[in-house]
Amino acid sequence: MTRSPFSLGRRHLLAAGLALAAATPALANEPIKIGLVTALSGQSALAGEAITRGMQVAIDEINAKGGLLGGRKLELVRRDDEANPAKGVVAARELVYREKVAVVFGGLDTPVSMAIVPLMNQEKVPFMGPWAAGTGITQNGAKPNFAFRVSAVDEIVDVGMLAYAQKTFKTAKPGLILVNNPWGESNEKGLKAAMAAKGVTPAGVEKFEANDVDMVPQLSRLKAAGADTLFMVGNVGPSAQVVKSLERMGWKVPIVSHWGPAGGRFTELAGAMAKDVHFVQTYSFFGKQSPVGERVIKAMVAKYPNVKGPGDISPAVGVANAYDAMHLTALAIQAAGSTKGDDIRQGFYKIDKFEGLIKTYTKPFTPEVHDAVQANDYVWAQFVDNRIVPVGLN
Amino acid sequence: MLVLSALVSGLGLGSMYGLMALGFYVTYAVSGTVNFAQGSSMMLGAVLTYTFAQTLGWPGYAAVLLALALCACYGLLVEWLAVRPFVNRGSDAWLMATVALGIVLDNLVMATYGKEPRSLPSPLAQAPLEVGGLGLGVYPLQLVIPVVGLVLAALLHYLSRRTRWGTAMLAVVQNRAAARLMGIPIRRAVGLAFALSALFAGIAGVLIAPLMNVHSDMGTLFGLKAFAVAILGGITSAWGVMIAGLIFGLVEATITATLGSGYTQIVTFALVIAALAWRPNGLFGRAEVKKV
Repeated sequence: MTRSPFSLGRRHLLAAGLALAAATPALANEPIKIGLVTALSGQSALAGEAITRGMQVAIDEINAKGGLLGGRKLELVRRDDEANPAKGVVAARELVYREKVAVVFGGLDTPVSMAIVPLMNQEKVPFMGPWAAGTGITQNGAKPNFAFRVSAVDEIVDVGMLAYAQKTFKTAKPGLILVNNPWGESNEKGLKAAMAAKGVTPAGVEKFEANDVDMVPQLSRLKAAGADTLFMVGNVGPSAQVVKSLERMGWKVPIVSHWGPAGGRFTELAGAMAKDVHFVQTYSFFGKQSPVGERVIKAMVAKYPNVKGPGDISPAVGVANAYDAMHLTALAIQAAGSTKGDDIRQGFYKIDKFEGLIKTYTKPFTPEVHDAVQANDYVWAQFVDNRIVPVGLN
Repeated sequence: MLVLSALVSGLGLGSMYGLMALGFYVTYAVSGTVNFAQGSSMMLGAVLTYTFAQTLGWPGYAAVLLALALCACYGLLVEWLAVRPFVNRGSDAWLMATVALGIVLDNLVMATYGKEPRSLPSPLAQAPLEVGGLGLGVYPLQLVIPVVGLVLAALLHYLSRRTRWGTAMLAVVQNRAAARLMGIPIRRAVGLAFALSALFAGIAGVLIAPLMNVHSDMGTLFGLKAFAVAILGGITSAWGVMIAGLIFGLVEATITATLGSGYTQIVTFALVIAALAWRPNGLFGRAEVKKV
């Protein structure tokens, strides 16, 4: 039996007609894809999940109000970079070329972000950093610059760490204990610059590896050099090892830290001395909340079964930064009136006012300033049991 | 004071490397192959102990014993899945296969055990040791580890050199065919070696867990350093491997304490290369003599 060519043609015609009919409204309803490249596996997976949740809660709010650009819904597309810069670039490429995302969020880790940003500038797709604090991510020298950030910036955190230590602990001779990677390096530079500006000489600079067990030798050197405060930069695991090593040495010294300890169960890992570590945060869900804060907590409890209260919104900075960043990005798209990369970039400069979690943003971005969070927006926090609470609030 | 505390903590670290490296020694001595993902076996010991003792609330000894037994079973599995199929075909692909199996295990553990590092408490790691009111900077556990390592090395040495069974095991690597003709059960000997190897790594994991954080990639760096130690010790001698571990740990801690941590990796591994250039068969190894 032979198939008549006519019937085949008719079927094709029908299909084409249907596709045509579907295409017109599809354009208006086609979702706007927002990409996210971050660590979704490995030690930092929890932080990647926090970013996801912050973005998703914001996306749900925006979609519930009818989406953007005349009814187009937002859709989150996630890729795992396994904290590996090469994998991050591959994932970002795929999101840009195949998924055709409007904006790429990403890079929990500074090295990954540093690798992705040049691609974004080349392809003219805006990049939004909700976590990685490396100074060079937004200050990358590109013109025009497509990298924006709603998070801490090492350079500013480092100035803040010194100022906080001087005010709280009368620090005169700090010792630096830093993770041996680009993040540690970025802060070594920042801390040294901050100290030089204030005429402070450090007792010493020591490094550790992410999986080091015993940091007594490094810390003994700092102690022998007369350090009166420790500036610590490292993720939660090694930060806990620093604290445990201090405990073994019986050395009680104030510790002022970047936000590494916030990334996990610091109290369980570090023991009784965990509460003595003061670290920087951009937001805390404990204490008195703004109406936005209360709304987000409610939404998180309703959406995620394992969230019972503020203590389960962890790490808080991931959720808060991502939530604000997603809303600001939506405002930029709305201001741009399209999903073209360069229009969105200029849309960021047109954002006037937004009431977010971290603060009420007023003109958060200008062609010169691509970081929405500034020095006075930081919160100093400590662990009380398993809760991250602002220092002094207890 | 600086050097003393470095010595004590170096001894503790070094014996952990040595203990792991013994695992490389056992399988190499019997079969000429190793499980490159020895760090994953160590992680398995720690994670299982944590799960039984903390999550399920079993008494400590039961948790440790079952965890170690399961580690030994995992060793058998490594040999069966990742080593035997390739050795039988005369291929060296077991190199990659053992690494691959280790990665599979790491990710399985991450999916089931979770992504967050956890802490395993131990009565031997509660309060640091003090001598005359001065903190030495070590927990009692850090002194137990070298003892366990040296005892195991001695036991292995005795078994392999002084017993019929040990000699039979060593015969396997010399000449498989001849060993089989002599009635030595080769398959069982090699399987047993891999079980022992994973068991040693498991013991290391259980001992190290209270000192570090328990998570799915806790063994990676340790496995690498242990391999360097095994090669440095000349992989063919149990004593050599254990002592090389102690030397490695001591050198590492001393360099950190005197030159600063910026130099630790550079100087330690440069010394490993220098030592191997000076003695290509390792500090305590002998050149292999093929007897025909």
